[in-house]
Amino acid sequence: MAALRALRSLGVSLAPRCPGPLISLRTGWPQAASARSLGTSALLSSARKFTDKHEWISVENGIGTVGISNFAQEALGDIVYCSLPEIGTKLNKQDEFGALESVKAASELYSPLTGEVTEINATLADNPGLVNKSCYEDGKELLFHFQGVNSNSMIKIQMVFLSQADLLLSISPV
Amino acid sequence: MLRAGCRVAVRVGPRGQEPGAGGRRWRRCCSSGPDSLKQTPLHAFHRQQGGRMVNFAGWSMPVQYALSHLESHLHTRQHCSLFDVSHMLQTKVFGRDRVKFMESLVVGDIAELKPDQGTLSLFTNEEGGILDDLIVTNTSKQHLYVVSNAGCREKDWALMQGRAEELRATGGDVHLEVSENVLLALQGPSAVQVLQTGVSDDLAKLPFMSSAVMGVFGVPGCRVTRCGYTGEDGVEISVPVGRAVELVELLLRDPQVQLAGLAARDSLRLEAGLCLYGNDIDETTTPVEAALVWTLGKRRREAMDFPGAQVIVPQIKGKVKRKRVGLISTGPPIRPHMPILSPEGRPIGEVTSGCPSPCLKKNVAMGYVAGEQSRVGTVLAVEVRKKSCPALVTRMPFVPTRYYTLK
Repeated sequence: MAALRALRSLGVSLAPRCPGPLISLRTGWPQAASARSLGTSALLSSARKFTDKHEWISVENGIGTVGISNFAQEALGDIVYCSLPEIGTKLNKQDEFGALESVKAASELYSPLTGEVTEINATLADNPGLVNKSCYEDGKELLFHFQGVNSNSMIKIQMVFLSQADLLLSISPV
Repeated sequence: MLRAGCRVAVRVGPRGQEPGAGGRRWRRCCSSGPDSLKQTPLHAFHRQQGGRMVNFAGWSMPVQYALSHLESHLHTRQHCSLFDVSHMLQTKVFGRDRVKFMESLVVGDIAELKPDQGTLSLFTNEEGGILDDLIVTNTSKQHLYVVSNAGCREKDWALMQGRAEELRATGGDVHLEVSENVLLALQGPSAVQVLQTGVSDDLAKLPFMSSAVMGVFGVPGCRVTRCGYTGEDGVEISVPVGRAVELVELLLRDPQVQLAGLAARDSLRLEAGLCLYGNDIDETTTPVEAALVWTLGKRRREAMDFPGAQVIVPQIKGKVKRKRVGLISTGPPIRPHMPILSPEGRPIGEVTSGCPSPCLKKNVAMGYVAGEQSRVGTVLAVEVRKKSCPALVTRMPFVPTRYYTLK
């Protein structure tokens, strides 16, 4: 829970122009991936940063969280199809790993990091509309664990969709 | 991020946020010079109603309002929706030779239309390609009423004006007028019931593809045609500009009516198996390839007196290289431009329209495939993001239509 609160507070300071309350991360997230003791990489802990593809990534104690912005979710519309990678898929940064589709449009998802998928959220296959709903208030979210590797550490990435946060910033190198 | 299916500029409505702050993927959808877009007379009304405006064929049109795309689509099939389709070209053709004029441009038997009866027809070129699809109505008011696509406005107008001038030069009597009326579409199972509360004509006597002029909710001189682009029962109402907003507001008083935009319009027509000019039909597709043989008038086929008849008529009995088919699949949605593959994985065609069907919860699509592979029931495949996904050639409409016909 400390991790969750920390992320929340990080979010506040870094996105002052973000309207509305912050993201509150759901309790009961599988904390299965114990945060190993990682190096002194700045990646261990960084506040939410946005890519130029309207995805964002935030790293906390070795757990990375990736989401799509509110603008993206709104522009896409009701998600009717969601495809996620299979567990064990190895991805390089920028690899296409899945897609979200609404009636009108399709959007590929690109990995912000290099690593391996360790867990995916199967409920989204049957219920892709959950992506649009506020992930935190009602506890629904897209979640997959993605073990990322950079030059000196292992990072788990969880995919989460936000109901707030639509600010585009440039991403720091991860 | 938005790709297939989203070729329009997205402008967020009254909330005033500018899109396009995003990067490359978004920019493709967020480029628009709002000052250069045409506006229908209901433009301000759409914005007031929270319409999200996009560029469609050079017009600033609402893609959706408060309801999501899915909600709007389903509402149309369950109740009724109101669309502004004023961007389409409405032309009146006057003169003694108006039928001869029209027949010189289209493939249908226009002379056989009963008073106040209309039909879907096609402008064709000398190569047999389709220049546009349109509805021609033989009004009982000494003119033909023609509704054609917004995207072909300049082309169609030049075509019609050019032909009219030619005819007049040889002593013919025909002249054209563009109608500046607002055009509304009220579509859905309860559309006519809603409309009936505001008209004194008995709408039970107005069958599919017939037309009449009547007062609607106190607005006189509205042309009401029982047709549409959704597969549902419904009407299009051509209403004088000055009282259009008033009529829209009166229609919206009925809780069964919701405003709908271009997003729902597209998914509804696709479920109904209706072509979108520019996607499913264009100047390179003949009516036979496009599976629109029924638009070719019986008399016209024999006389071979329409543009491109020399190419088109032999195709009716003969073979065509490609045919427009309906496809249905599960898994990732099928989108325009995706390759269609034979069961052996050979490319045999291309998708021209596709989307997840809100009603069927499957993917529906139209595309052209090699003639030999076009039979209903053929199992083909579509390449979706480098993967081959099975798709079944299927009859259209995908969702049964509910046109009101007198039997």
